[in-house]
Amino acid sequence: MFQSFLIKYAEIGIKGKNRYLFEDALMSHIHHALKRLDGQFTVTKESGRIYAHAAEEFDYDEVVDALKCVFGVAAICPLVRIEDQGFEDLKKQVIRYIDETYPDKNFTFKVNARRVNKQYPGSSEQINRDLGEVILETFPETKVNVHNPDVLLNVEIRSKGINIYSRIIPGPGGMPVGTNGKAMLLLSGGIDSPVAGYMIAKRGVTIEATYFHAPPYTSERAKQKVVDLAREVSRYSGPIKLHVVNFTDIQLYIYDKCPHEELTIIMRRYMMKIAEELAKKDNCLGLITGESIGQVASQTVHSLAVTNEVCTLPVFRPVIGFDKQDIVDIALKIGTYETSIEPYEDCCTIFVAKHPVTKPVLEKIQKSERNLEEKIDEMMKEAIETAEIVWC
Amino acid sequence: MEAYFDNSATTRVFDCVKDAVIQAMTVDYGNAAARHMKGVEAENIIKEAKKEIAKSLKVQEKEILFTSGGTESNNLALIGTALANKRAGKHLITSAVEHASIYNTMAFLEEEGFEITYLPVDSFGCISLTDLEQAVREDTILVSIMYVNNEIGAVEPVEEISRCIKKKNPRTVFHVDAIQAYGKYQIRPKKQGIDLLSVSGHKIHGPKGVGFLYIDEKVKIRPLIYGGGQQKGMRSGTENVPGCAGLGAAVKEIYTNHSQRIEALYGLRERLIAGLKTIDGVTINGHEDRKNAPQIVSASFEGIRSEVLLHALEERGIYVSSGSACSSNHPGVSGTLKGIGVKKELLDSTLRFSFGVFNTPEEVDYAIEVLKELLPVLRRYRAR
Repeated sequence: MFQSFLIKYAEIGIKGKNRYLFEDALMSHIHHALKRLDGQFTVTKESGRIYAHAAEEFDYDEVVDALKCVFGVAAICPLVRIEDQGFEDLKKQVIRYIDETYPDKNFTFKVNARRVNKQYPGSSEQINRDLGEVILETFPETKVNVHNPDVLLNVEIRSKGINIYSRIIPGPGGMPVGTNGKAMLLLSGGIDSPVAGYMIAKRGVTIEATYFHAPPYTSERAKQKVVDLAREVSRYSGPIKLHVVNFTDIQLYIYDKCPHEELTIIMRRYMMKIAEELAKKDNCLGLITGESIGQVASQTVHSLAVTNEVCTLPVFRPVIGFDKQDIVDIALKIGTYETSIEPYEDCCTIFVAKHPVTKPVLEKIQKSERNLEEKIDEMMKEAIETAEIVWC
Repeated sequence: MEAYFDNSATTRVFDCVKDAVIQAMTVDYGNAAARHMKGVEAENIIKEAKKEIAKSLKVQEKEILFTSGGTESNNLALIGTALANKRAGKHLITSAVEHASIYNTMAFLEEEGFEITYLPVDSFGCISLTDLEQAVREDTILVSIMYVNNEIGAVEPVEEISRCIKKKNPRTVFHVDAIQAYGKYQIRPKKQGIDLLSVSGHKIHGPKGVGFLYIDEKVKIRPLIYGGGQQKGMRSGTENVPGCAGLGAAVKEIYTNHSQRIEALYGLRERLIAGLKTIDGVTINGHEDRKNAPQIVSASFEGIRSEVLLHALEERGIYVSSGSACSSNHPGVSGTLKGIGVKKELLDSTLRFSFGVFNTPEEVDYAIEVLKELLPVLRRYRAR
């Protein structure tokens, strides 16, 4: 029955003179999301509203699922568009709409007519009353409730035709990706980092990602898992350029030269440095991590401070104050959880000390790092140059 | 150089298998149940394959039932026998080191109200005949023991096991999981007293997705899959003609010049073991001599996690598995290694090398050379 969707957006409505940039980005993302599906769709902007129309048969659920992944979409309203063939015809169409959309007629409703086309006879009030009456007559189980109706039936009378809609499906919210610069996500195989990437992308930021691969200590499957995770995040964020950095040599060098309990923290500092180099090369304006205070030894406030010290770009940590369960809930919602819990080891855990430092002191860590001076710059350069790029 | 030493997980098919499969897919593609010529051709392919298999075991053609592979054969043998004989008794016996397709099926039967006895094994992976004799009872309907253990290559004395069972209870059905043994041994079910025998196609350079269960004509089992009544109602579903064609071709090929093939496998095995013994901190699990199956070498590498070594070898083109490939998806400790009493610190340090007909002595030498190079480096870096 539905051939079109009215797409409502919230936050981007307030962006003043830049509004058209946001709207155009949103339209383009909706267009891309629908292009992957079966069917022909057109996306149009009419008097400050975005519509997606299907030209032929399509799978309703598939379209709704695709639109639910587009950041910037506040709500999706499937609508029926009819031609204006007089008020009697409109009544019939409204009855048909109600009948097909609500098999169970035991609900309260309110009609909300809008005469965008001021030439249309009668007042909006009158139309509300007349349509309400015919609904009550046809479906005696229904009741009117003007204050808190179960069904708010919108009837928009436009010069091009009449839109009827009542269902409102919540969208993901946020802002269209690409309207807010680009940032580099440090993507591990865990639960937190894909969620962090999702959250920042939701604010309109384009995402690139860096993964640290440590063969033979981490397997090809661990890498595939990260590629899969990036693909899952890309359903929302759009294509992600994933940089796969071979980190084995650096890790072993640190192992040889630094105190073992400092291995993880020093390793993370070099990961940040490398990610930042890659970020700068690709014009990213920030780094994104899935760190959450106190989750593990390397994420105590002391450790975060020591890790952060190597970065000059801002580091976005959207889940910093979240409990693990809160992060898991988002991972479940966005569909990355199942992949994240696949049991392949990542490079952070392979040489982990039994008792890693939890309150590292910056000066002490820096002193340990001086043991690396001889080769580390060359090794970092090599790691950056040989990074493999996978588009996800 | 590439050295594929994971043939107990699966094998590359023989060229003749590939040809047979293509022929059955593109030329003789009829449904074996169809009345027309195309159907007859397909049926003939199945008959030919069955004949080849029956010949390899010296059994009757009608005693061969095609399945989707080893797992289905094992499921059918256990569940099918249990269902058909539950009035005679509800007791089954197996060993503690069986493949997942046996022990998980036994666990299912246990939930369904059957009683299962799990026999322990000695340090070479074999059950004790005394234990077995004590375990067989009046109500024991089935004993299932694997011919060759998939993780270490231990060989069970199936003929003696059968005698021991039948002496105690002649009605007890004896099932043998021969998935790692078929193609490596001349198996004679009638002579060895085997009532049911499971075989998989892809372990003998045949296709995946096909295998068979030998069912002695006197044994009653209930089918698991119902439908159009194919294979005399024992296993419904359109016959996998390409799979059967490929399996038949593989059986014919693997049992051609068989003793030379086995000699070659033992040659590789002995060469690898000799090489491993020149390296410090390596233990061979199971028998080093020809009491063990010819294709499997299980070795533990002190101070190295098997998965790390596996990936390091992989980088050099050498493919092996950690423990048993079939259980490698589920990290956890191998049942067999634990069962034979491998030291706790070595359980997670064990690799399985398994040979096939395409391997060469040069590949073995290459693997030894690479191991000698890798082990000192890998041993230096470990979690402290």
